[in-house]
Amino acid sequence: MSKVPANPLPPPPDGDVVQQLEAAVRQGSGALQKFVADTEFPHVRGRSVTFLYCGEAQEVTLHHWIHGLPGQLPFRRIQHTDCWVLQIDLPARSRMEYKLGVAMFGRGTLLRDPLNRHTARDPFGANSVVYGEGYAPPDWCVEDPEARKGTIEDRHVDSPVFGDWRPIRVYRPARFRETRRYPLLVVHDGFDYLSFANLQTVLDNLIHRLEIPPLVAILTQSPDRMHEYAADPRHADFLVKDLVPQMERILPLVPQPSARALLGASFGAVASLSTAWRHPGYFGKLLLQSGSFVFTEIGDHDRGPVFDPVVKFVNEFRKAPGRPSESVFVSCGVYESLIYYNRSLVPLLQETGMQVRFREANDGHNWENWRDRLREGLSWLFPGPLWLVYE
Amino acid sequence: MLSSAILLGPQRKVPIVRDAIATLVPRDDRRPLVAVTAGWEERESEDQELREHVERPLVNLEVWARVERIFERDRELLLAMRQRHDTLRAVQELYRLRLSGLMDPARELLRRTGDEALLAPERHDAMAMVRALDQQHMRRVAEIHAEFEARWRPHERAAVQREKRELQRFLQSASCLLLAGGHVSVLLHRLRLFDLFGLYGDRPVIAWSASAMVLAERIVLFHDDPPQGSSHAEVMEAGFGLVPDLVALPHAKKRLLADDTLRVQLFARRFAPALCALLDDGSRLDWRGARWRAAAGTRRLTESGGVEEIGA
Repeated sequence: MSKVPANPLPPPPDGDVVQQLEAAVRQGSGALQKFVADTEFPHVRGRSVTFLYCGEAQEVTLHHWIHGLPGQLPFRRIQHTDCWVLQIDLPARSRMEYKLGVAMFGRGTLLRDPLNRHTARDPFGANSVVYGEGYAPPDWCVEDPEARKGTIEDRHVDSPVFGDWRPIRVYRPARFRETRRYPLLVVHDGFDYLSFANLQTVLDNLIHRLEIPPLVAILTQSPDRMHEYAADPRHADFLVKDLVPQMERILPLVPQPSARALLGASFGAVASLSTAWRHPGYFGKLLLQSGSFVFTEIGDHDRGPVFDPVVKFVNEFRKAPGRPSESVFVSCGVYESLIYYNRSLVPLLQETGMQVRFREANDGHNWENWRDRLREGLSWLFPGPLWLVYE
Repeated sequence: MLSSAILLGPQRKVPIVRDAIATLVPRDDRRPLVAVTAGWEERESEDQELREHVERPLVNLEVWARVERIFERDRELLLAMRQRHDTLRAVQELYRLRLSGLMDPARELLRRTGDEALLAPERHDAMAMVRALDQQHMRRVAEIHAEFEARWRPHERAAVQREKRELQRFLQSASCLLLAGGHVSVLLHRLRLFDLFGLYGDRPVIAWSASAMVLAERIVLFHDDPPQGSSHAEVMEAGFGLVPDLVALPHAKKRLLADDTLRVQLFARRFAPALCALLDDGSRLDWRGARWRAAAGTRRLTESGGVEEIGA
């Protein structure tokens, strides 16, 4: 940090954090270091979030995935220092994932915010995450020592539809018994839900809290999700003709549509809805998170060829939705570009006669958004015996 | 009404059943304890921890399994009970609908400040309407049970009588009846099918959690922060009425927002003058035919909206 002349004035006690930062700069590097060490960054007050980056750079930018904002927000260098600040507006109860872009000698590097201890993982690595005022990670997604633990078993399922063997994982609830019949939750990108959305802990906790009944979850993971989940009819057949019948033979499942649910996020939600549409009534419940339900009213879409079959399916679905399921829980982050498509889907789903619940969240297209909606979605689709059991 | 009963909080983490047994059953009484763990449903037989804890001979009455056997032998009764279950669920749903219309204004009236001369009678009447609805609901449910009993005469059915005879034998030779928690509706309806307390008579009972609820005059379901739907406490139906003036609230720390003064006021006033007893880990209430006596740490809801310790 650059040495600057000391300023005898103390920083304003409750003023803007940037003013305090600048006051500390004027007092000297010791004061600045102390201020940075004593202040949590990103600094959140009300809707205002202040980011700070300290280090040599020619340019610092905030890279985020909030739809509607410029993708890179530039930091401002505090004069005579290597400190860079950025203030943005972030509504209450928001989560925002981001990285810092730090440019030196014409080369940019994306890195996690060194001053931020909160990170969110996904299949591509991890991002920094800032919590808006009023947001805290829900306690039900954190391991509860009192909650009995379910088990995860690796298996393979024979798929004549795809002509191969598919790896799956089977979640059995704590105190699983062969003599009991369990509802079934089939999860798209299931291995990722385990890794990035704490699915096992969430299920253990919600079952322990009696908010959902003990259930069996089959976690699937496609080797080619961008094609198979893009409304590929083979995928729908795989679930209905291969996976579920085989699971019903080896596991004590309730063999009824009302006890079967599909869960998926993004393309996984497309796979869920398209499966239910192609096999109406087979799955009684759908949990669709941030579905990539892109459609066109006129002309072509601009999302790249991987979306071609998705758009074709959603357009067909919009013309003839039928009644794919009994109940559907839809959620989407308001910071996602997909919010428009999800909002558009809801009245259509309601017209089918299905029970529909829609939730928006101040969040983006990411795994922790999907994790945070699991309690409401699962407990709505599979209400547990919370009011009746007092052990 | 029982002459002696002990009600306890949950027993999983802080088991104190053994101490309660020592109060009611002399150490040299060689007769076995009998236990009902039907509230655990298909896990009914997983009673090893309980057996190890009590350190006395214990017979599990297998009430859940007996009813399952009856259902296998008497399909007509099974279907009739299922139909009654569906009816009760529908009636509960309708009651819930009416209740939500009364509870929100009652709470709002408690919240408001202003001219007490105007507010007090409105609060009183709002509460009276809630109580009246609770009473109507209990009567409606009692009618459903009466119709069921009159039509299907469950106590006269061979499959039921067969199990009852066996139960009676175990109950007659027991020193004390232990009733574990679990699914409150399963417990209530299965115990009622066997008229278990009629078979057992007025002898010592120790009940915890859901079983404490079913011994009371009315069963109040509650959860202040459910993931879905309304959080208004609901009357399920009448309990066995074997202990007086009590609303048993197991797992209160997890289920009640005890620092929500309005919510606590509303609850305590709604069920007054009953003792709204919080049955958390380590809680214990002894009934000796005349009055309640609480162990240290046991608490109750107060009509002023607080939680106070009532233990000695």
